[in-house]
Amino acid sequence: MAALAFSVQMPGMLTTVQDSGRWSYQGKGMPVAGAMDMQSFALGNILVGNDENAAALEVTLLGPTLSVTEGEGVAAVTGAELGFTVNGEPIANWTVVTIREGDILSFDGPRSGCRAYLCVSGGIDVPMVMESRSTYTRAKVGGLEGRALKKGDAVRCGEPAPLWNRCEGLVCPEALRPLRDPAAPLRVIPGPQDDLFTEKGLASFYGAEYVISNSADRMGYRMDGEPIEHTGAADIISDAIPLGAVQVPGHGQPIVMLADRQTTGGYTKIGVVCSVDVAALSQRLPGAKVRFSKIAVKDAVGLVRAEARTRDELRKLRAAWRSSARVSSAPVPEAVAAPTGGEAVLRVDGKEHVISWEEIGEVE
Amino acid sequence: MNEKKYPRLLTAGDGCVVVEFGDVIDMEINSRVASLAAAVRKAEFPGFLDTVPTYRSLAVYFNPVTTDVDALYSKLGKMASALGTGKGSESRRVIVVPSLYGGEHGPDLADVAEHTGLTPEEVVKRHTANDCYCYMLGFTPGFAYLGGMDPSLETPRLKNPRELIPAGSVGIAGKQTGIYSISSPGGWRLIGRTPMRMFDPDRNPAIFLEAGMWVRFRAVGKAEFDEIEAATAARTYRPEILEEVSPRLVGAGEVL
Repeated sequence: MAALAFSVQMPGMLTTVQDSGRWSYQGKGMPVAGAMDMQSFALGNILVGNDENAAALEVTLLGPTLSVTEGEGVAAVTGAELGFTVNGEPIANWTVVTIREGDILSFDGPRSGCRAYLCVSGGIDVPMVMESRSTYTRAKVGGLEGRALKKGDAVRCGEPAPLWNRCEGLVCPEALRPLRDPAAPLRVIPGPQDDLFTEKGLASFYGAEYVISNSADRMGYRMDGEPIEHTGAADIISDAIPLGAVQVPGHGQPIVMLADRQTTGGYTKIGVVCSVDVAALSQRLPGAKVRFSKIAVKDAVGLVRAEARTRDELRKLRAAWRSSARVSSAPVPEAVAAPTGGEAVLRVDGKEHVISWEEIGEVE
Repeated sequence: MNEKKYPRLLTAGDGCVVVEFGDVIDMEINSRVASLAAAVRKAEFPGFLDTVPTYRSLAVYFNPVTTDVDALYSKLGKMASALGTGKGSESRRVIVVPSLYGGEHGPDLADVAEHTGLTPEEVVKRHTANDCYCYMLGFTPGFAYLGGMDPSLETPRLKNPRELIPAGSVGIAGKQTGIYSISSPGGWRLIGRTPMRMFDPDRNPAIFLEAGMWVRFRAVGKAEFDEIEAATAARTYRPEILEEVSPRLVGAGEVL
């Protein structure tokens, strides 16, 4: 069976190839990039049977129209609700569907959120650049020629992982989907330069309401609101900018630094938005109101670990789904249903392991 | 004001911790950053993701799911204290950066000459005389923050930054000199251009320069510029990298 390939009929507003990011080159000035909502991205990959770091399409607000030009596989959309359709039929987010040559994948308009992940079996296959497929447009690196998709692009997918064809119909239960309450405050770990702000400045930041300005992209979100007062100068000797860092330049308006942020910078950082809420922020739009609250680093780590357990849960569900007799709305051709492998949950010393196997035999 | 004690650990979110060695730009401090970076990479602790060495601090990135965060903090604290007073490196790795000065490649050379009261030839002579120390990389991929330029060349930035500066442009901004690694807007005074690519994602390594290396500018003519440019495009160009034992630390303790 051939791997999937797409042709881009309409590129959408900003559709880029992203994976879990380009790590280990920040010391040389190379930004990490990668999916803005890492949890939705990883869950989508698990749904379609991929390694959770496989490259996907990050779709921003107005999605693309893609035609499947080759192959057969499965797809799922996670993250924002942007009106995903296959051949004009609405497909719910978090649900695995089979797609094959001749199908048209499209998005008919945003309902909620900002960024969706279109994950496909085999992942998007573009050349690895510095160990990642993530697109970083500012330096024209990764993805398709270092840019967003454009009309006429051919997008190829990798060879799907074994058992991809048994993922159809799998749904990520609501309880495992990330909470994206648009009114929830963003939780911030104070530091590294919170000592360079006055009591009044800190009170503004944690007390006042801010609005996401129009300067909001993959690099960072600038907020407008009560200016945050420094004790002295707003500049420091340039140092590293972690994901979620809240920079406050001299004008006193906070900027939350996101996936495409530069590696280093010279503005004071009042705090760092916890990883889980970085993803939540990336689903909000300019004009949205934002509040900040404090969180201790150990509690923030707890939240990240809870998300990791959620991914483990979904992997277990997938294993159960694949090894059970399938209950699928779509009739399954006999040849596909015949087991050519399996997946099971194995418990050793109280730890659960997902084992998958594939029978190497006749292939047509 | 409370006295800060160094080295100190700064929380930088749930996936990053910063070890700070001081609050000045100083080679001795910077050499401790480099030493700790090397030690951290060698330690290969579980969950390690990345290090970002900067002028006076090291950021250590980790995966909070697989890292014992408390243990990491205490380990880094011990490692940083154990470094003692930094001595700087005894040997120097120097990368030679060929540069064509003036003309269309260095449109501000005449302005720099006028501002400094030197002839353009003297500006070039002084710019190529001193080796510059790479404190850190950042801003854009492969962009080096260099220290140690001849102080007589100090010239302020342009009042109106240019919208697009070609990659490889060599510029001066105040006491700093540097090389634009990708085409970007900028306000530095451009005195020349190197045919070398400081950043080429399709080459291995994509970035030759590392924090702690030295940069030596070498003036080249148009013919050599074109030759190196062609070799660079063909990805056959290998920069000259010298290993030198330094009799003393040049510019130790300088403040930019």
